[in-house]
Amino acid sequence: MQILLNWLDTLPGAVSQGLVWGIMAIGLYITYKVLDIADLTVDGSITTGAAVCTVMVTNGENIILAMLCAVIAGMLAGMLTGLLHTLLGIPAILAGILTQLMLWSVNLIVMDGRANIALSRLKYGDKVLISSGASDIYVTLGILAAIVIVIVLLLYWFFGTELGMSLRATGNNLDMSRAQGINTNFTKVFGLALSNGVVALAGSLLAQQQGSADINMGRGAIVIGLAAVIVGEALFQKKTTNFAIRLLFVVCGAIIYWLVFQTVIFLGLPSEYLKMLSASVVAIFLGLPYLKTRLGLKKKKTEGKTNA
Amino acid sequence: MLEIKNISKTFNSGTINEKKVLSNVSLTLEDGDFVTVIGGNGAGKSTILNLVAGVYPVDEGKIIIDGNDVTKLPEHKRAAFIGRVFQDPRMGTASDMWVEENMSIADSRGHRRGVRWAITSKDRERFREQLKLLDLGLENRLTTKMGLLSGGQRQAITLLMATLKRPKLLLLDEHTAALDPKTAAKVLEITDRLVKENSLTALMVTHNMKDAIAYGNRLIMMNAGKVILDVRGEEKKNLTIEALLEMFTKASGAEFASDRALLS
Repeated sequence: MQILLNWLDTLPGAVSQGLVWGIMAIGLYITYKVLDIADLTVDGSITTGAAVCTVMVTNGENIILAMLCAVIAGMLAGMLTGLLHTLLGIPAILAGILTQLMLWSVNLIVMDGRANIALSRLKYGDKVLISSGASDIYVTLGILAAIVIVIVLLLYWFFGTELGMSLRATGNNLDMSRAQGINTNFTKVFGLALSNGVVALAGSLLAQQQGSADINMGRGAIVIGLAAVIVGEALFQKKTTNFAIRLLFVVCGAIIYWLVFQTVIFLGLPSEYLKMLSASVVAIFLGLPYLKTRLGLKKKKTEGKTNA
Repeated sequence: MLEIKNISKTFNSGTINEKKVLSNVSLTLEDGDFVTVIGGNGAGKSTILNLVAGVYPVDEGKIIIDGNDVTKLPEHKRAAFIGRVFQDPRMGTASDMWVEENMSIADSRGHRRGVRWAITSKDRERFREQLKLLDLGLENRLTTKMGLLSGGQRQAITLLMATLKRPKLLLLDEHTAALDPKTAAKVLEITDRLVKENSLTALMVTHNMKDAIAYGNRLIMMNAGKVILDVRGEEKKNLTIEALLEMFTKASGAEFASDRALLS
């Protein structure tokens, strides 16, 4: 009984983490699902968001301003990836890796050469928006949920506009987009900037939640984000084609992801196995559709043989 | 309306695969011309269309649409003047987007795309009316994903999208070649109607000699990167497949080498 209660105690923390990573996953959704680009910039830009926000707050700036600057920094990073890809013709995945590596230096410079800067609720009082402490977890949950809803509504609106529609068309069919007069280079750069802006916002929240910005905090972020996108799509895909609801499902995916992880840790799995576990989960979910069609093909072939 | 002046195009220049597809081709389309283009495989028919659309740049020559020199303009900018339908029905529409979303994207062709809400109820009503004219029952499927429609339905919608904002020039690149004969006939009929109703200037590549004769007011035949025949008016109306084949043999010094053209 006590074990069950202890386990229940860990859940609000997991949901809170799920919400922050859900925002990150929404950012990733814009590139991975809408633009059909696997953007590795995010491993760097989530840290950039955290670093910019943390440094500004520790220097006495307002938290909202700090988060806004984090978003802008993230957008610039995404824009750089987009320009490397469209102007120089570098494959998108490689462009993302290049920007990510550049961001490692940028992040260290922003953090004044330090690998870790603390941003604890204790020291900075009410200066942070959400808390790293367990005592006011429900306030944190409420604020995060509100941020998620605002982002989802904003993106729902945006992707219903002419410009947003042209981004979706770009990810869907390049030939058709150009034939209809869409500057696909512009839409790609725009989408990458938008995506990394959202990811950096998640980074700024993550720093507040963890109580610090860390140069390594973005490592493998894309895998966690992908896991959320994939879990969200896999579980709820057939339910609706409404864009806003699909984004909410992605957030649900992130929450489920962290609930499962919290439980696995609670059951005694050493935390160093976590990254291996997340990569495995993503590999399995990414591989399943392929395996299904392969098995399906085999079936058809044998059917053909028996018919002949 | 369209002036093609001395254009040439060579692919894979300087490699072992070098292929001169067009050499010094000129062609002028008057306002309202509906030109059908025939010719064997590799004659350069599709290349002309792609050069006009700006898919790739010309090596030499000029392309002028309605007085505007578009030779140096990128594909998406030329789209302001041009409506296009491709051979592959999947190429002209976005599969994962709804019918009305696809139409809305076409509706913004030639305009700056801003943060206006893309589909108002007025737009939707307009799209519905347009779809109704196709007579394919598509007016009730505005929120169906394009990918769920048949090839013929998709080509019909692509046609509608290409002409929704009246283009200066309509480019049809064997747009019925991937369809079954009955559907192809239906799509051609819609094509003809849209061209006539909007008095469009159009360039239609086809493999089908019968269609090339039946549609349009002018027919050109291409071979080995050159225009070898240009017939219009009464002369075109009186053409027969046999006469065309004979002209081809005479002009090119070779037999017409496309089974597809003969079997239809």
